[in-house]
Amino acid sequence: MIKKLTATALLAPVLAFGLTAGAAQASGSEGHIEDIAFSFEGPFGTYDKEQLRRGLKVYTEVCSACHGLRYVPLRTLSDAGGPEYTEDEVRAYAAENFSVYDEELEDDRPARPSDHFPHITSAGAPDLSLMAKARAGFHGPAGTGLNQLFRGIGGAEYIANFLTGFTGEESEVAGNILNENHVFPGGWTKMTPQLEDGTVEFDDGHANDAHHLAEDVAAFLMWTAEPKMMARQQTGFVAVLLLVVLTSLLYLTNKKLWAPHKGKKTEL
Amino acid sequence: MSGIPHDHYEPSSGFGKWMHKRLPVIGLAYDTLMVPTPKNLNWWWIWGIVLAFCLALQIVTGIILAMHYTPHVDMAFASVEHIMRDVNGGPMLRYVHANGASMFFVAVYVHIFRGLFYGSYKAPREVTWIIGMLIYLMMMGTGFMGYVLPWGQMSFWGATVITGLFGAIPLIGEPIQTLLLGGPAVDNATLNRFFSLHYLLPFVIAALVALHIWAFHHTGNNNPTGVEVRRGSKEEAEKDTLPFWPYFVIKDLVGLGMVLIAFFAIVGFMPNFLGHPDNYIEANPLATPAHIVPEWYFLPFYAILRAFTADVWAVQFASFITGGIVDAKFFGVLAMFGAIAVMALAPWTDTSSVRSGAYRPAFKWWFRLLLIDFVVLMWVGARDTNFPHDWISLIGATYWFAYFLVVLPLLGLFEKPQTPPASIEEDFKAHYPGAAE
Repeated sequence: MIKKLTATALLAPVLAFGLTAGAAQASGSEGHIEDIAFSFEGPFGTYDKEQLRRGLKVYTEVCSACHGLRYVPLRTLSDAGGPEYTEDEVRAYAAENFSVYDEELEDDRPARPSDHFPHITSAGAPDLSLMAKARAGFHGPAGTGLNQLFRGIGGAEYIANFLTGFTGEESEVAGNILNENHVFPGGWTKMTPQLEDGTVEFDDGHANDAHHLAEDVAAFLMWTAEPKMMARQQTGFVAVLLLVVLTSLLYLTNKKLWAPHKGKKTEL
Repeated sequence: MSGIPHDHYEPSSGFGKWMHKRLPVIGLAYDTLMVPTPKNLNWWWIWGIVLAFCLALQIVTGIILAMHYTPHVDMAFASVEHIMRDVNGGPMLRYVHANGASMFFVAVYVHIFRGLFYGSYKAPREVTWIIGMLIYLMMMGTGFMGYVLPWGQMSFWGATVITGLFGAIPLIGEPIQTLLLGGPAVDNATLNRFFSLHYLLPFVIAALVALHIWAFHHTGNNNPTGVEVRRGSKEEAEKDTLPFWPYFVIKDLVGLGMVLIAFFAIVGFMPNFLGHPDNYIEANPLATPAHIVPEWYFLPFYAILRAFTADVWAVQFASFITGGIVDAKFFGVLAMFGAIAVMALAPWTDTSSVRSGAYRPAFKWWFRLLLIDFVVLMWVGARDTNFPHDWISLIGATYWFAYFLVVLPLLGLFEKPQTPPASIEEDFKAHYPGAAE
């Protein structure tokens, strides 16, 4: 009886909670989002260093023409769990690709690792630092948000699907050329299609069709949005493990403590 | 402290005696920790400790977050990213604090519904119940203002919608709204006062928690039978109770441990599941999100707020007899706050002579329906307001009020309750036939 009560007492709120909690994100009218098996998914997922490097290359050569990454410090490109470039490589990358305005020099100078990626807002394009957490790929069913429990929130999937989701149709609305994209809410976006097969070439000859490029840059943007994900999962895992041990010990203590009052004998 | 008769603190050391004459603080701690507690409490009684833990956790993580956060419209969003990228342990601190609010509300809802089932609100515990409701209201205010601080899109637009509710109050509404916002719209002044109040209110909650605990230590805990502890003598009371330490402290910690396992799994592996993606977009007063959805813990009451539209006859009737002062918007606001007010009135609307729902066969069904109602309202609160959601929220809201204002009073008159056991000791022995004296 008590055992049954314990189970219901602890499980019922968790269930009721899980059933309704995801409801908050249950909205949006996006088209179908293809699930992608990213390496960073699941409780033990890790970023694929090589993929992040390819994604950075796609960002640098294509996206950075219009989009910034203003919250991402360049130095984090050498952090463990990220693209893991050496500090010299990061220094060279920063100086080669970006320049920043220096208030002391009162002039532009090449970027250094201590700078952030530049704040680019050409053509009103949104910053991409957090884009992979600012979009949800998966919803439902029926507004419960339960899909996200199994497939993840799907921000990276949204980005990859969006980049390859252009139909090629154009329309003009109030002087703006809009491009049809079946993933974008509403179906029409100001952004033009960017990725085609072979848009970016990799030194190691890695596959560079549009789908691979989209996946690589989506993975990179997941990293820019959540660079400490691996450390967080590790902490979470250790916390859960220690709490399981602690709770088991407390459970046994509790059992022994109450036994004489419940008229039970314990073997402990 | 009066209450159930039990042994009080007797200082034995020289220092203890010296101190006890001057400031009996050790005695207070001893009496609080050793308070006689009904020995038949089940596992639904662990959530008080979980709540106390949540409050402490939120205060500690919040104080550290405040060291790195900047309450300014131009810097707030960036300072949260600073916490996530540059502060040691920053992501963990922020995710624990953000999800800690969810754990807090899970715990408070279970705690409230436990009280509603076992009749914990009934005499002589009405004051404990009312203080609890005040704590719950303060939690909602604190949670709401905390969600504004990261200055994302949902922060901004949630603040706009919720403070707009006050504007619906006739005459005094708009001055109140302006006072809350510190101006005509959500802006830097709003962010600053919300930050200040978000830091203040938890300490007010802590003081109310102390009163809440004091109150039920005075009346004694309720218990699953709803039968009071016999307090004719110390010996008699001891047959019904065991001291809080160590019996209930250890038991509650088992429960807390299980809750924390689930909590850290969420923080570690899916910390953004309960949040809204739009809050990772910096607040933009010029772009309204497609759907403005409150946090999950507000959804049942948000559903009640939206349920009463202008085409509901009750709204039209209220509008007619008040000469238009109570319009649909104001009616919705009254309904939302009323939904909490009717809960606070439960001690007086419940007419049953039996306290615990365990001995009330008809009550059990109405109570189960209330639980389902709560979950349905939570679900429909996140949906759009088109058919059938409008009808579902209207029916759900109506049942919520009916439960407290019609079902509880009438059940007491017509229901034939079973007979609870004569004493807690008897109940305990029925569960554990081998229980010693």
